[in-house]
Amino acid sequence: MARLIRACPRRHIHHMNRLFTGLQIALLAVTLTAGANAAAPPLLPAVATVHIKDFKYHLPVLTVHVSDRVTFVNDDDEAHTVTATDTSFDSEGLDTAGTWQHVFTKPGTYHYFCELHPYMRATIVVLPAASK
Amino acid sequence: MKRDDFLKHVAWTGTGIAWSLSGTGLFSAGALAADGGISFIQISDSHIGFSHPENPDVIGTLQQTIAAINAMPVQPSFVVHTGDVTHLAKPAQFDTAKQLLGTLKAPLIVLPGEHDVIGTSDAFFAAFRRSDAPQGWFSWDQGGVHFLSLVNVFNFEIDGKLGTEQLDFVEKDLAAQKSSTPIVVFAHVPLYALFPPWGWTTEDGSRVLAALRRFNAVTVLNGHIHQIVQHTDGNIRFATAASTAYPQPAPGTADKPGPLKVPSSKLLSVLGYRSVEIARNAATISDHSLQT
Repeated sequence: MARLIRACPRRHIHHMNRLFTGLQIALLAVTLTAGANAAAPPLLPAVATVHIKDFKYHLPVLTVHVSDRVTFVNDDDEAHTVTATDTSFDSEGLDTAGTWQHVFTKPGTYHYFCELHPYMRATIVVLPAASK
Repeated sequence: MKRDDFLKHVAWTGTGIAWSLSGTGLFSAGALAADGGISFIQISDSHIGFSHPENPDVIGTLQQTIAAINAMPVQPSFVVHTGDVTHLAKPAQFDTAKQLLGTLKAPLIVLPGEHDVIGTSDAFFAAFRRSDAPQGWFSWDQGGVHFLSLVNVFNFEIDGKLGTEQLDFVEKDLAAQKSSTPIVVFAHVPLYALFPPWGWTTEDGSRVLAALRRFNAVTVLNGHIHQIVQHTDGNIRFATAASTAYPQPAPGTADKPGPLKVPSSKLLSVLGYRSVEIARNAATISDHSLQT
C-alpha cells in the first residue's frame, strides 16, 4: 500500500516547553538584548552536536541518555532534514547554517534520515537517564 | 534568448555523459502522431526561499522567466511547473510563488517536488490543489495529446516513488488510450534511472514505462536535477529541465548534488524554461536560457 504519510499532518514534537534553568533564561535574555535574530531560537547547551556536511550526518551513530539535548547543524549548501523513521521527531527543512535541537525523552534506538535526500541516514541510541 | 549560450552549457554539463545526448540532436524530438496541435511551456525548480550565493535572487530569476513567457507572441496553451516551487515548503514561500506565478498569462499547472512537501504536503495543496486532482495526480486530453501529471515525491522514506495507488491509476488511464495518441507525462523526479547514487531515479517508475511501451510516441518531462538531460529509450523520450533558480552538477562530476556556484555573469545562461510544440505530427522541445 502506498504510504502517503506526507499527505497527512505529521507529528512534530518540539520539546520547547520544558523548564528553563536560571542560566538558560539568563542566556536567552543576553541573546535577545544583544539584538540577535529574535526569530531563531537561542541555542541551548547540548550534550552533542551532529553536523550535516557533504550529505552525511557526522556522527553516523550517536549515543546519548534520556533528557539529553542534541543539536543538529546544517553545514551544507543544500537544505536537509533530521527526520525519525518512526516520525517521533522531525526538524522540517534546515537551510544552510540552520540549527535544530531535540531532547530525547524515551530510551531506544532512533533511526533518522533526510526527507530531501533519503539515502542520508544515521542513528541515535538513547540510554536510560545517566545516574548523577 | 541566446540559444547558442544554452547549447554551450548543455555541452558543458553533458561532457562525458553519452546517454544525455540523443542521436536526433538535443532540441529536436522524434515524430509524434498528433491529430491537432498544442504548445506549452515547462518551468521547474524555482526554489522560492533559497537565498545563497549560488543565486541570491531566485524571485528575480523567476520573474525574468515569467516575463519571457508572457512576451511570447503566441501564448502557450498552459505552463507546467514541474516541482520544487519552494525551497523549504514554508507557507510564506508558497504565497510568494503563487503571487509570482499568478502573473503568467497562460493557465498554470503545478506539481510538487520533494522540497514542496517537507514534513507535510498541506502547504503545497493549500496553494495549488486542483479540484480534479485531490491526491495530486491527474490526466487530461488537450490538442490531440493525452497528458499525465504524476507525483513521485509523496513517499515518506523514498524520493522518487509513485506508490501502488498511483501506478494503478496510470495503468488504468493509459489502457483507455489509443496507441496512436501522443502521450506526455510530467513528474518531478526523473522516471528512469538517470543517476541513482544521487537519488535521481524513480524506484517504481518501470511500471509506468512498461505501460507506455505500446504507444507510438511518448514524451516524459521532469525537473529535479536543475540541468537539461535528454535521453531516448525506444518510443519514450525523456527530458529534464533547467531550473529557474540555480544549476546542479552533472551526474557524477562532483562528490554530491546540490547548488552549483557558477560565475555571476554566467548564471542566467544556465537558468531557463522549455517550450514544447506538438504539431504536424512532430514534437519539438526547445530550451531557452534567461541570458539576453
